[in-house]
Amino acid sequence: MSQPSNRVADDVRFIAKTDYLKTLASLREEGFEMCVDLTAVDYLTHPGRNIAPETLGQITLERFEVVVNLLSLSQRRRVRLRVQVAESDTVIDSAFDLYPGTEAMEREVFDMFGIKFDGHPDLTRILMPEDWQGHPLRKDYGVGNIPVQFKGAAS
Amino acid sequence: MTATENIAASQAGDITAAGTNEGRQELQLRKDVSEKEVLRGSGAVLRMSESEVAALAGTQSEDQTMIINMGPQHPSTHGVLRLMLELNGETVLRCKPVIGYLHTGMEKTGESLTFMQGGTNVTRMDYASPLNNELVFALTTEKLLGIDQDIPERAVWIRMLLSELNRISSHLLFMATNGMDIGAVSMMLYGFREREEVLRFFQKVTGLRMNHNFIRPGGVAADLPAGWRDEVLNLLDALPARLAEYEILMTGQPIWRERLQGVGVITRDEAIALSATGPILRSTGLSWDLRRDMPYLRYDKVEFDVIVGSYGDAFDRYSIRLNEIRESMRIVRQVLDAMPQGDYRIQDKKVTPPPRGRIDESMEALIHHFKIFTEGFKVPEGEAYVAIESPRGEIACYIASDGSATPYRMHVRAPSFVNIQTMPHMMRGGLVADAVAVISSVDPVLGEVDR
Repeated sequence: MSQPSNRVADDVRFIAKTDYLKTLASLREEGFEMCVDLTAVDYLTHPGRNIAPETLGQITLERFEVVVNLLSLSQRRRVRLRVQVAESDTVIDSAFDLYPGTEAMEREVFDMFGIKFDGHPDLTRILMPEDWQGHPLRKDYGVGNIPVQFKGAAS
Repeated sequence: MTATENIAASQAGDITAAGTNEGRQELQLRKDVSEKEVLRGSGAVLRMSESEVAALAGTQSEDQTMIINMGPQHPSTHGVLRLMLELNGETVLRCKPVIGYLHTGMEKTGESLTFMQGGTNVTRMDYASPLNNELVFALTTEKLLGIDQDIPERAVWIRMLLSELNRISSHLLFMATNGMDIGAVSMMLYGFREREEVLRFFQKVTGLRMNHNFIRPGGVAADLPAGWRDEVLNLLDALPARLAEYEILMTGQPIWRERLQGVGVITRDEAIALSATGPILRSTGLSWDLRRDMPYLRYDKVEFDVIVGSYGDAFDRYSIRLNEIRESMRIVRQVLDAMPQGDYRIQDKKVTPPPRGRIDESMEALIHHFKIFTEGFKVPEGEAYVAIESPRGEIACYIASDGSATPYRMHVRAPSFVNIQTMPHMMRGGLVADAVAVISSVDPVLGEVDR
């Protein structure tokens, strides 16, 4: 197995939840016009992750991580933000006002992980039925042993 | 909890984790939702002047308008897309796409499939361009493995050949469905006829017409079959005349132009704000194509033009796709000339199963074969995001690995899912008939939207 050679490493930044919107706004000023992707990871069963020790000192790892990928069309550059969201307080600011394109992505993350976005205009489930219980992409959401949920059926 | 209470609660930031109430996904009456939501439903994403906002929000009373459902079962909605439209007569005031009817939890499924099996899962997302899905999944896995620089040249060029042919077949499918949606019914037959010829080549190479699982981490599943070059050349020789036929059938026709020109207009700033990529972004005049601007594979070694529009309307998106077929053919010709000899997959015991012949004579090879297909291979801890240009825009894969043989989290950034957000904007103020043209010109694949 050869080692990663002359590859340019991705620009990954860890951002505190309180600085999230501020950082997005300054990156937008810097020329990152587009938020291409917003998703989340539930690190319930893999809390350690693989993070360089020097960054580890500056952040507290939490269960959820919101991952935002920004793209600068003018500079042909990408940046990835990783924001820690605690299980006890699953609320984070919505990026909707800065990047309206995150509307559907934030709804998906809410639907799949139960992370709430403060300031989102229409935070509802997007992929699952609206009366669904639970958030499927959480690691403690059982696969194969959940009662089948049918709409309007006698229980 | 009534709908109004629920909305009031959600505005207070107090959404229960258990779920949202019946009907909340649907388009709500104006009196029941916040002004911000009305504006979003009207497609006003950018800062508008106060008078424009007032004109949008205030003047419509509920007894003049009605909310109708278009879909999920409607031929022009490309699968199971449901649009709720607020109409005043024939004019669309607001629109809200309701999706999820095809949701099968593919990202969750991806967490229980090994990196070896993952291709069978992702290839079913965008079923009109399956090879691009496999490609982005394989590239991400290779990046995590640290072997992305070591893929044999032949494998890379085979990937490019298949990716471009897939772009051709996907755009041909667009030609067919777009024609049908606008009313040029015979176009549908022609588009499917040409697409079938590309799929026949895929069947020769991969064994399947769709859902190939051919591009795998480490290379491709098999070498190209004997006579592949002639097949591709036949295809390249047949297509230009057929494309010229399309031009006669559609491009020059006054009815076709009337139906598409000036319909579904989106500006450059709006497209960027809504994260739209692919032909939608290019139709606004912005020249952005990942193949040229952030090259992957060997796209920096081939010559092609990025097609851009100037008005951001449905006609631009139609002509962009038509001409991208021509550019893809140009790339395929260069791939034919440049195709090197050599291995079609990396000779790395970790990710490559032993050749079939070895299994009969070597116990170790048999064990190796069994282990790699039952357990897969372990991928180092870490996370990676790789994006490529699919026919619909930027498709990307984000994988977080915990060091085991299955992805800890596998996320696909689906271009159709994001592009659907541009629909309310393109439809505002248009007619219902134009709404069909708009859906068609966004060209969403619902398998990818819902995943």
